[in-house]
Amino acid sequence: MSSTEVSSIEELANKEYKYGFVSDIESESFPLGLNEDIICKISRIKNEPEFMLEWRLKAYHHWLTLKEPNWANIHYDPIDYQSISYYSAPKKKPKLSSLEEVDPELLKTYEKLGISLEEQKIFSGVAVDAVFDSVSVATTFKEKLSELGIIFCPMSEAIRNHPDLIKQYLGSVVPYTDNYFASLNSAVFSDGSFAFIPKGVRCPMELSTYFRINAANTGQFERTLIVAEETAYVSYLEGCTAPMRDENQLHAAVVELVALDNAAIKYSTVQNWYPGDKNGKGGIYNFVTKRGLCKGINSKISWTQVETGSAITWKYPSCILMGDNSTGEFYSVAVTNNYQQADTGTKMIHMGKNTRSTIVSKGISAGKSSNSYRGQVKIIKKADNARNFSQCDSLLIGDKCGAHTFPYLDINNSTAQIEHEATTSKIGDDQIFYLNQRGIALEDAINLIVNGYCKEVFKELPMEFAVEAQKLLSVSLEGSVG
Amino acid sequence: MLEIKDLHASIENKEILKGINLKVSAGEVHAIMGPNGSGKSTLAQVLAGRKEYLVTKGDVIFEGKNLLDLTPEDRAREGIFLAFQYPVEIPGVSNTNLLKTAINEIRKYRGEEAIDAMEFLTMLKKKMKLVEMDQSLLSRAVNEGFSGGEKKRNEILQMAVLEPKLSILDETDSGLDIDALRIVANGVNKLRSKDRAAIVVTHYQRLLNYIIPDFVHVLYNGKIVKSGTKELAFELEEKGYDWLKEQKELVEG
Repeated sequence: MSSTEVSSIEELANKEYKYGFVSDIESESFPLGLNEDIICKISRIKNEPEFMLEWRLKAYHHWLTLKEPNWANIHYDPIDYQSISYYSAPKKKPKLSSLEEVDPELLKTYEKLGISLEEQKIFSGVAVDAVFDSVSVATTFKEKLSELGIIFCPMSEAIRNHPDLIKQYLGSVVPYTDNYFASLNSAVFSDGSFAFIPKGVRCPMELSTYFRINAANTGQFERTLIVAEETAYVSYLEGCTAPMRDENQLHAAVVELVALDNAAIKYSTVQNWYPGDKNGKGGIYNFVTKRGLCKGINSKISWTQVETGSAITWKYPSCILMGDNSTGEFYSVAVTNNYQQADTGTKMIHMGKNTRSTIVSKGISAGKSSNSYRGQVKIIKKADNARNFSQCDSLLIGDKCGAHTFPYLDINNSTAQIEHEATTSKIGDDQIFYLNQRGIALEDAINLIVNGYCKEVFKELPMEFAVEAQKLLSVSLEGSVG
Repeated sequence: MLEIKDLHASIENKEILKGINLKVSAGEVHAIMGPNGSGKSTLAQVLAGRKEYLVTKGDVIFEGKNLLDLTPEDRAREGIFLAFQYPVEIPGVSNTNLLKTAINEIRKYRGEEAIDAMEFLTMLKKKMKLVEMDQSLLSRAVNEGFSGGEKKRNEILQMAVLEPKLSILDETDSGLDIDALRIVANGVNKLRSKDRAAIVVTHYQRLLNYIIPDFVHVLYNGKIVKSGTKELAFELEEKGYDWLKEQKELVEG
């Protein structure tokens, strides 16, 4: 690479994070630190039934016995869990029946992010359960959904109004003992989304939630639960952006999916948490536990993720293929730039007969970042005729970044068919010059190549999300050419 | 159309072009011949704007503009096309997508509307016939897994689609069998017009049996040492480059 190219790249890399602003809404936060009192306070403020508080406290006590995991290929200073505030909510009366009642400042924030609720409501047919910091402030399209018996509401509301469903399913896929971050989440989760699709119902619209971390020093602990009963279908979209911060913000979400006989759940994520500045300062720590349980026969769970943000990503959306003939899918694009670190992948646990899984992972590393794919395919002894196809590709931009692949195979049944393909490629100066010579400028050339590389994953996203994902990718890779 | 004046260029402090002078007018085809290492490909790359080469002296005027001030993409948009000696593979990007993006970038530069999808496809099919290319290559990734001949034909297809004012063919004949050579040459000839010009860089006279040049220049040691008409190519074929080297040494000696 010539020196003139380098300097123009540096210039581009200095562009500020597009979504880096802090909105001016008063927020109510708890004092720093974590103890039983704080957990009781969270539970009380949310008007939770007693069983929930008990569950949180059990999780908390279990968490105290655990050590933070250190096996991932990521490096960060120790997190001081006593210097985090575990609850923050915009100060506002809790019940809102229309958008007019929403704090206008908040609406402005959404507009800046290009996700105006009104537009969403009117034009796109997407029901939005908007999570601003920790409290859900507006839920739309609820009526239409409830006619079909679909429940789509903030988690806190579900705990109050549908305690039986919560008792039955919460923690059934990711128990509070699962791992360090899942235990922490179980103890202190503030809110999240709950979706329940009853037997035989096909959800007529994409369900969507936008998350946003706003108040400084506030850990964000989302809890999402989606249950699809027999032959039900739902497609759920999760997307997020966060404002610029100097302090590292901890984000430890838990997502649980349950699919009963013949049910299908499609879960798509476009994740754009603040990744830190070009020197690696600030940024979100994203430690997420996402797991789907294909409980019934012929059930299907499909994860699609486009990960462009966060200083640190630790995330393995997984499928437990319990029902016979069930299917698990994982499609992922993970982009790291500057000093970002990502250790992400999936687990496919084959337990039923004739279960199938597909893994397509596309890692893109630029700048001085590190990008690891970590995937496990496990086939237990009684899982006859299980099949897995895995494809793990890495694309390098520049020569200071790293890509790693850690595939684990644990096969205990000789009828299993496993295929694994992996490639590593680099965007070369030759390719860039070739496209330049066809009239295509540097940034557009990179986008063309990257989008081509990610095509297989993007085609799994719902249309409007695919467009957003492409935009995010080009923003994330601005000035990363080498 | 193009005027090169005393062009010097180097790479890694080694001077490759040592004062090139060349004038190309609309409607003309110029062949540039020369032994290996004489600077033929360097000239092609410098005209296209490859950054690895540093222009140390001289001017290049293209259609009244100072070409050396323009980025590679702007040179392309102004109407300069380089058919690469070694076309690059771009995995994941379909041929169609590349062509459409390229056309629209060029149109945007000229202040024109993006091309209509139907119009594009009709035009593309017509141009495919010109280079006798199979339709299946359109949906495949650019040059990925293409044979040597397919890659070169793909270059000519791109040229046919983009309709440049000045085409530079860098050893397009290398590695081609006689049928592929005929197809490539045929594609180039069909594009010849009074408004366009071409510079054909080649090591062998063979290609010039198919693409008849108006002028032939011999490049040796970074300079054009002899210019003539197509007969010069035959003479070179017969006598070899050593004949010129001797002549030049006589002159310089």
